[in-house]
Amino acid sequence: MSAAPDHTPILTRPPLSVRLEPWIPVLLVPVLVLAGFLAIGNPTSWLTLTVSGLAMGMMIFVIASGMTLVFGLMDVINFGHGAFISFGAFVGVSVLIALSSLTGAPSLMLNLLALLAAVAAAMAVTGAIGWGFERVIVRPVYGAHLKQILVTMGGLIVAEQMIQVIWGPKEIHIARPEMLKGAVLMFGATLEKYRLVAVGFGLAVFLAMRFVLRRTKVGLIVRAGVENREMVQALGYRIRIVFVGVFIAGSALAGLGGVMWALYQELITAHMGNEIMILVFIVVIIGGLGSVEGAFIGALLVGLLQNYVAFLEPKAALVSNIGLMVAILMWRPQGMSPVIKV
Amino acid sequence: MSDPLLTLSGVKTDIAQYHILHGVDLAVPRGQVTMLLGRNGAGKTTTLRTVMGLWSPHSGEILLDGENIAGLPPASIARKGVALVPEDMGIFANLTVEENMTLAAVSGPIDRARLDWIFTVFPPLKTFWKNAAGNLSGGQKQMLSTARAMIEDRRLYLIDEPSKGLAPAIVSTLARALRELKQGGATILMVEQNFKLARALGDHAAVMDDGRIIWSGPMATLATDRELQERLMGLSMEHA
Repeated sequence: MSAAPDHTPILTRPPLSVRLEPWIPVLLVPVLVLAGFLAIGNPTSWLTLTVSGLAMGMMIFVIASGMTLVFGLMDVINFGHGAFISFGAFVGVSVLIALSSLTGAPSLMLNLLALLAAVAAAMAVTGAIGWGFERVIVRPVYGAHLKQILVTMGGLIVAEQMIQVIWGPKEIHIARPEMLKGAVLMFGATLEKYRLVAVGFGLAVFLAMRFVLRRTKVGLIVRAGVENREMVQALGYRIRIVFVGVFIAGSALAGLGGVMWALYQELITAHMGNEIMILVFIVVIIGGLGSVEGAFIGALLVGLLQNYVAFLEPKAALVSNIGLMVAILMWRPQGMSPVIKV
Repeated sequence: MSDPLLTLSGVKTDIAQYHILHGVDLAVPRGQVTMLLGRNGAGKTTTLRTVMGLWSPHSGEILLDGENIAGLPPASIARKGVALVPEDMGIFANLTVEENMTLAAVSGPIDRARLDWIFTVFPPLKTFWKNAAGNLSGGQKQMLSTARAMIEDRRLYLIDEPSKGLAPAIVSTLARALRELKQGGATILMVEQNFKLARALGDHAAVMDDGRIIWSGPMATLATDRELQERLMGLSMEHA
């Protein structure tokens, strides 16, 4: 076999500006943290708010990551994603209540055991609901965005009513596990233990997702499918199975996020998922549809900004994230880390 | 003509309300290169996509080694050893060259010896192995697209206009690679508008018009018969 004699490949080093370009969205997070520090002035308040913002951001990321993959891979706008958050929260809280002997024990191990059981149950139930949701509600409307919005919105309403049928119409208060109550003093700042755990947990989910997407063949198929579904099929992969798998995983992640959010708020309602969805949509849009990394950065920005602005100017907190979305879309209309689609 | 690997009989394909293929009859001989020729809009790309399962025929048979694959999902057809190099190249721009190739190796890990051969025919792929495929030039993307099909031994290669819009040097590299593939006994069904390339690589030719095969036979016959060329395609390959 002979070598090709023609054209020698040239590998030129791109200029610094081009090399830095993908990192600009990542730099926004430390820039916002620094701006928060300068605006707040008080280091201890700033640290408390930063940890709170990171915790909130991580929880939103866990919820949004599944949704962005579902949109990117399947081109499905799922307004029913909020139902999985609520269901996850109710299932998780039910398990925690049932395991109150573990959550009330002054043992971190027993508390975490109860928490893991709640998370596992919530993810299993929401994953199963997600499978049914995809099969019954989403599958007939692939490719039809307007119908998707209508039927998934309908699915959300039905799911919320189902929650009220099963758990009753009233909100449920939930106490955090014993060892996750209270706060620790760090650098003079009071940091809630649960928020620190939420940051660690969210980071672990992000790293696990990144590992699966970057280092495994399944992840490779998902990333390729987000770009060009047809070609993935032509290479020999059954995209339908990947679709269903991603939908189930996305629903389970929303359920996980629901449990985390329930313990963050210490209060759950049937509508809680729907209420969080505004922030989730903002994160998915500014991150770039289909981009897990973009959703991660977007969630951190949303969480931090919400907390900083709520401290500095409480009345502006509600609109701050809308402003963030507008600013980012004016800068990058496809979001911070857009996925090139075919 | 030797024993055909692929046979299309009366294949009709519609895309939305448009009737594109009106009954395609075609035999692709095993271990040879068949060129699918014809004017734009004749149905060449639709024929390849129908064989690949990307569009389902509403009637007709597509026999791969005697097995009817018409209407099977593309993944099943690909797993039977059919590889497509699409007209738009279909590379995954956000993935690296390595990831594109890893994905194309559906049976398992990449065969090192085969990859080394690919690197000899397409050297830029080695140079840009760890780079995002979206940053490659048009010619390099075409090399990657073709290399993805070549990374495993396939029964049938469907190649859609590989030379489209490429510089002569790159077309020549592609031609060399395809010739080596052919020498290895591959069966290739290729759509090509570049008659020079078609004539150089093709053993057989089939000419399409209006969704049907209007002529098929040895490439040598078509290449040397100016009257036939003018009658079938309205131009002479001698002067192309």
